[in-house]
Amino acid sequence: MILRRAALAAWDFVVGDDWRLALAAVLAIGLTAVACALGLSAWWLAPLVALIALRWTLRGARPSAANASSTSS
Amino acid sequence: MTGAQLSLAVSVFLACAVEAVEAFTIVLAVGTTRRWRPALGGVGAATLALAVIVAALGPALTALPLGVLRVIVGGLLLTFGLQWLRKAILRAAGAKDKHDEEAIFREEEAEAAAVPAAQGFDGYAFAISFKAVLLEGLEVAFIVLTFGANQHDVGLAAAAAAAAVLAVLGAGLALRAPLSRVPENGMKFVVGVMLTSFGIFWGAEGAGADWPGGDASLAALVAVVALAALAMVAEVRSRGADRAVAG
Repeated sequence: MILRRAALAAWDFVVGDDWRLALAAVLAIGLTAVACALGLSAWWLAPLVALIALRWTLRGARPSAANASSTSS
Repeated sequence: MTGAQLSLAVSVFLACAVEAVEAFTIVLAVGTTRRWRPALGGVGAATLALAVIVAALGPALTALPLGVLRVIVGGLLLTFGLQWLRKAILRAAGAKDKHDEEAIFREEEAEAAAVPAAQGFDGYAFAISFKAVLLEGLEVAFIVLTFGANQHDVGLAAAAAAAAVLAVLGAGLALRAPLSRVPENGMKFVVGVMLTSFGIFWGAEGAGADWPGGDASLAALVAVVALAALAMVAEVRSRGADRAVAG
């Protein structure tokens, strides 16, 4: 029981609210490692994957009606 | 102080200040509503627990080979950074409520007042303060350790964290009120940009990538991430304008 709670707390601490971004971080660094192992110059890959993933998680997000007036100013 | 050291100090200071403000609000609400002694006891116990965690993990981290350390640290910082940045973008665009210390203080105060008063030791006040400081401090402890270990400057990272805690405590004790004027949402945006940039930089380097220009490319990376995040804020905001036009 204690181990299970500790594992859940560790998962919550590392992965946080959105598991897709944790997966994106793994992919960004993993794909860079693969590209480098193949002898490619891959410094640009990690920022590209991270920023595309961030934008993807924001698709469909829009200002709430309550906040719309304060953000338009 | 080099540019990398300055970035490290600023990132750690801002991250620590934000978490310290949040923990301060909860402890203040519990202390004023219940009793100060158990609330401060919780703060002390959590600080001790954090010190033990740092003392245990610090040497283990610095013992790792640099490449492995950078992949692990880069991956974790990138995960934390993207989460911070996503929430900061949503808040800046009005798609998520802004962090409001006054409102959180009132909520914590009401919850603390609703729990019956203890005759002897006030376990509620102790537990809430302990949890607040431990949870808010854990991420800061991790940031201090990872930034410090990676740049071989744990002392500077710890000093920046200590300075942030002292600044928040000083301001809080002077005001004796929640620090609602601290521009928390803006600070979280900056921290999100910095954590994401450092995470990408170290993670890619640990994976074998060579950054053009070496360490100097970190500044360019920070600028690119910041501009991309601002563009995403504008994009999310524009969806509200589209809805208003359509309505």
